[in-house]
Amino acid sequence: MSNLLTLIVVLPLAGFLLNGLAGNRLGKAFVSAVGCGLPALSFAAAVAAFRTLEATGEPIVDVVFRWALIGDSAFEVSFYLDRLSAVMTLIVTGVGSLIHVYSTGYMKDDASYARYFAYLNLFLFFMLSLVLGRSLLVLFVGWEGVGLASYLLIGFWFEDPAKAQAGKKAFITNRVGDAGFLLGMFLIYTAVGTLEMDRVNAAFMGPELPAVSASLVGILLFIGATGKSAQIPLHVWLPDAMAGPTPVSALIHAATMVTAGIYLVARLSGVYLHAPEASEVVAVIGILTAFFAATIAVVQTDIKKVLAYSTISQLGFMFLALGVGAYGVAVFHLYTHAFFKACLFLGAGSVIHALGGEQDIRRMGGLAKRIPVTFITFAVATAAIAGLPPLAGFFSKDEILWFAFASEAGGAPWLWALASLTALLTAFYMFRLLWLTFFGQPRMDAETAHHIHESPWSMTGILVVLAFLSTVGGFVSIPHFLEPMLPLPATDEHLHHFEVPLIVVAVLIGLAGLAAAAWLYGGDASRAARLGARFTGLHRLLSGKYYVDELYEAVLGRPLWWISDRIFLRLGDRALIDGTLHGLAGVARLGAAALARIQTGNLHLYVWLALIGIFALLWWSFGHV
Amino acid sequence: MSEPAMLNLVLFLPVLGMVMLLLVPRDAHGTVRGLALAVMLLQLALTVVLYQAFDPQVAGLQFETRLPWIADWGVYYHIGLDGLNVLLVLLTAFLGPLVVAGAFSAIDKDVKLFYAMVFLIQFAMLGTFVAQDLFLFYVFWETMLIPMFLIIGIWGGERRIYATLKFVLYTAFGSILMLAAVIYLVLSLQATSGITSFAFTDLYGSRLPLDIQVLLLGAFALSFAIKVPVVPFHTWLPDAHVEAPTAGSVILAGVLLKMGTYGFIKLGFPLFPDAARALTPAVMVLAVVSIVYGACLALVQDDIKKIIAYSSISHLGYVMLGLASFELIGIQGAIIQMVSHGLTAGGLFLMVGMIYERCHTRDLAAYGGLARILPVYSVFFMILTLAAIGLPTTSGFTGEFLVLLGAFDAAWPQYANGAATWPLVLACTAVLGVVLGALYMLRLAQKFLFGESRAPHAPLTDLNLREKLILVAIVAAVFVLGLFPDSFMQKTELAAREYQQQVLVEPESRWVRAAPDGGSP
Repeated sequence: MSNLLTLIVVLPLAGFLLNGLAGNRLGKAFVSAVGCGLPALSFAAAVAAFRTLEATGEPIVDVVFRWALIGDSAFEVSFYLDRLSAVMTLIVTGVGSLIHVYSTGYMKDDASYARYFAYLNLFLFFMLSLVLGRSLLVLFVGWEGVGLASYLLIGFWFEDPAKAQAGKKAFITNRVGDAGFLLGMFLIYTAVGTLEMDRVNAAFMGPELPAVSASLVGILLFIGATGKSAQIPLHVWLPDAMAGPTPVSALIHAATMVTAGIYLVARLSGVYLHAPEASEVVAVIGILTAFFAATIAVVQTDIKKVLAYSTISQLGFMFLALGVGAYGVAVFHLYTHAFFKACLFLGAGSVIHALGGEQDIRRMGGLAKRIPVTFITFAVATAAIAGLPPLAGFFSKDEILWFAFASEAGGAPWLWALASLTALLTAFYMFRLLWLTFFGQPRMDAETAHHIHESPWSMTGILVVLAFLSTVGGFVSIPHFLEPMLPLPATDEHLHHFEVPLIVVAVLIGLAGLAAAAWLYGGDASRAARLGARFTGLHRLLSGKYYVDELYEAVLGRPLWWISDRIFLRLGDRALIDGTLHGLAGVARLGAAALARIQTGNLHLYVWLALIGIFALLWWSFGHV
Repeated sequence: MSEPAMLNLVLFLPVLGMVMLLLVPRDAHGTVRGLALAVMLLQLALTVVLYQAFDPQVAGLQFETRLPWIADWGVYYHIGLDGLNVLLVLLTAFLGPLVVAGAFSAIDKDVKLFYAMVFLIQFAMLGTFVAQDLFLFYVFWETMLIPMFLIIGIWGGERRIYATLKFVLYTAFGSILMLAAVIYLVLSLQATSGITSFAFTDLYGSRLPLDIQVLLLGAFALSFAIKVPVVPFHTWLPDAHVEAPTAGSVILAGVLLKMGTYGFIKLGFPLFPDAARALTPAVMVLAVVSIVYGACLALVQDDIKKIIAYSSISHLGYVMLGLASFELIGIQGAIIQMVSHGLTAGGLFLMVGMIYERCHTRDLAAYGGLARILPVYSVFFMILTLAAIGLPTTSGFTGEFLVLLGAFDAAWPQYANGAATWPLVLACTAVLGVVLGALYMLRLAQKFLFGESRAPHAPLTDLNLREKLILVAIVAAVFVLGLFPDSFMQKTELAAREYQQQVLVEPESRWVRAAPDGGSP
């Protein structure tokens, strides 16, 4: 079918419209059927499109309509499926559908059930536009659209001002990134004359380079990516975004939307291949974000916040891979991360569900036997993210470490060292989370403990599927599949004898993290408390998330308010402009005293005077025709 | 009916409406309202027919009427549609019925006079757009002032007298300078070529000496800049909006402000191309200052109407930026942005009016969590908010995106070849303006719609059918212009290109050719 790609995109939109307009009237069964059914159909269509792609080997293009034609500049809405967008589409619709099903259980008792599914479908629609858009313009429509869906879903329980505030923060922070994105897009348009990304790549790969610095383009677009994918310095919104319902955190803020920045860079690899400076920036920002976010995750006490910082950190790993030219590897990690991180978030949701809304891991513990399915799947996903073989995370993370070490396109030992240290922290904070949640003595109150129950099958079933995918997903070599369009960078021949030792080190790192967490948090966890007391300053710095929010408020938020209020409003508008006017008016009033007599204040009289005046003039003018 | 006749009918229907209102008894409010709505709907229907018939392939005027008026002075009753005014005429006709229907419940004092004034301003606005003769244009331009003055002055809020005086003095001041410039311009034409004419086409492309051009453009520009309004000529706007009744605000934001930007594109720049080019830096600086300054002020307001009023200053700054880019994409974006702003700001003012009728306050602090109490209202408010932010798929995106792309496209080559850096700095600053736009609008949405539910009046009833229909119409237009702007821009493209040529290209046929070094009369 020729319009298969359009169908993939439009099905969730139909779900949004149906549930948004009629969902409340048609009941929960209808909402669930539409809300889950259409994404599932979209997944089926994606599989069909994927098969066509495999059969023909040629990218599928689906032109929908012309958005604008100005002079010779045509802006078309068209969708484009190649190997990269195929992988992304399958992840988005596949994991997306699973999370929709999970939501039927998790959100079962919410009053705004229809609204929830409408927003979730809307998100899928925009995410698929982002992934399948051929032109940067369509990608940008999706890019802003997923931001909108994220905003609406973070603030889903909008009656809590803190939640609405978190949504706003996400939107604004992303907007800052979007300004960079727009400038990058404009620069591409000015230099290449098209926004269609396959053509942009071709222009940068062709014999004649466009007359513009690829690195400047790359950095501007990367600013957009730091917003959407929560990298330093625009990472601040993601932890707050945990205010949204937990399945939303899994879908939007872990598996799909936040990976849009990775996708953008991989999609425009043609630009980045010719942008060594931009690539270096990407790699450095990536590794720094990975490291700093991991350090914060170590001390967080909110189960979702730990996972949020973990997501930021893992996204940093992906950018590291992109920065050293290993685009396919970044997408590989994106793909495995989608499974294990979705599994972790949904597992966290199941824990929260079991504990009646509790999110603080200091009031958990001993849940392993009470909610066994959640525990086992969570443990599998934890092992996967920690990089224990043969789980999915092992393969993708190992490849990132290898290319960070050996890639000739920017690899360096220090990148590898810092990445390995981060991997150690990752293993540590994840096993810490596992321990505090599922092992040891129960620390919740008796009332909560009494009500602990395993989640319904609609939720645990999904956990099992995702845990399974987190186990075997690594055996599908995404980098190999993508190699025809995203070749892996050359590696330094002299370093090849390090390859096996590095894998051993990576495995040992995962086990070390496990051991450290077990040692610190096993038993009564008193060792951890003592350690925290020993380094209070550091502990406070990490718990305070390096005080970046406070810094932004002090150097951006308050000054902006002060300038707007004091300088612009009070000094500019009121004192200078209106002050001058009132002064002039005062002078004029002296002269107008004589005329004031006809100003009786009777507006009806003014109307008549004015009308008489107009008609008198018209009368006169007709006399001169 | 022939199309020119139909255009005349569209223009004079409001006058006809006024006459018919005279025949209705004073207290028959229902009849007055029904009649007003019917006339506006008929006008819209005829305008849509005209719009459909408007041929995008034809350059210049269509559906022209040209009749002698004051022969001694070469003044003609000369009207017609072209690419520059066609969308604005459509917008004016589209907002007409919404303004009328929106005031059904709000206005119960002097209803007949009120609708007569709405008709008068509708007539004057359409006339200003379709006029092709400077004298006629000026007459319509001045006529707009009177009904607006009365609408604010009679049906306005507590400080309405202050607001009307400020509005009238600002505008009248601008108009007088423009009048002087018009007279000077026509006399120079007469002196150099012997023709006495007020026709736009005769007056375009003056090759007066640059300093004279600058003075004349300055006079026109001041008048237009006050209307837009461009910072620092803007302080009348927040006061006028706050005191105006809803209908007044909608007309102001929806159409009246566009008179300023339309003035620049139709008259100011093409009349004095050399001065336009010379003053481009100043215009662009003021445009960007307006974008940022308006946004910052919108951020610190607590009166909902003031937030939207200041946001208008910011949004029209984008229009000015697009017009002054003299880049086809930017010009097209500016035209779309004008229409888009008319829809979103008009819609938001209507919505503020709806809540004001229920709660009698516009103080943001009095509200919270309306999304729970007024779900339907909140959905519409959110959509219009997002359109004002310029979210893709809405009209606001189409306008803003194209304006910014055009400005960047014009600026980058100048930077790359070392000619000038400032255009690029301005373009980038304007791009950063999109962040501020999100800041103030989301602040409004959050305080207004989210958080704990509270309102000064309880219980509140959600939108009624009339209100829903009004908003559905606006929201539909917002999405059509966001998703499918192509056909609209086809209608304006030739005119946009002509405007660009008028200002940028040195034509052979400019008047005052006799004195190449500029013989001033």
